[in-house]
Amino acid sequence: MKKPDYVYVTYIATTPEKLWEAIMDTNMMAQWWVDPKAGCARVNVSDWKPGSPWAHTRADGSGIVDIVGKVVEHTPPKRLVYTWARPGDAEDESKHSRVSFEIEQYTNELVRLTVAHDDLAKDPKMLEGISGGWPTILSNLKTFLETGHALPKAPAAS
Amino acid sequence: MNFDKVFKALADPGRRRLLDQLHADNGQTLTALCEHMDMTRQAVTQHLQLLEDANLVAVVWQGREKLHYLNPVPLHEMHTRWIAKFERGRLDALHDLKQKLERNDNEKT
Repeated sequence: MKKPDYVYVTYIATTPEKLWEAIMDTNMMAQWWVDPKAGCARVNVSDWKPGSPWAHTRADGSGIVDIVGKVVEHTPPKRLVYTWARPGDAEDESKHSRVSFEIEQYTNELVRLTVAHDDLAKDPKMLEGISGGWPTILSNLKTFLETGHALPKAPAAS
Repeated sequence: MNFDKVFKALADPGRRRLLDQLHADNGQTLTALCEHMDMTRQAVTQHLQLLEDANLVAVVWQGREKLHYLNPVPLHEMHTRWIAKFERGRLDALHDLKQKLERNDNEKT
């Protein structure tokens, strides 16, 4: 394993199965994979078989794909690994970075989710883009699982 | 989310310096972190443990090396809980003003 560029950890009061479902099910994803800076929600679409493509797709009906990659590992409800690239670099694996989700039972009530992003050095601009994004996404995910709804909407500009 | 631990962990200049170091260069070993800290290795270990307990530092083992990562998720939650919902726009304006004024000051000296 290479040294990750970023490691994010959050503890969520849920079960590994529910957490797994939330990161797999596009209906659920549409409720929490929202970064206010990026506008509408995104969902990750794939059949999740190792080697299959996946697409980070806008959930506003436009079908616009912002990120693509290939599924590397899919072990429910423990570990999900995929590569991560701009659609224009889909064929150029030298520009792909890698994201992994690791799910562990931490205590009876808490599940520990570790998200690592590595190989970003190949694409410094991507590094900039994602470093602000993951904390928002992960705290949305936590709120969604613990309260049943995503974050309150950002206050309207006055 | 245990905010008490996060606030306590942040209430120390040495620990904040460790977080700044990880922000500058993520995924460092204890030895690398000690190089820039004027305290004993043991003290740095204790500070890192506190930061880890507060989930501000995440640890990844790479073979026999223990790498420390800045984990900004609790800071983000703190921000959402304590800042974002209050007067965000005005705080941003104030922050910009402060930065601008301080920058001008620095240029003069």
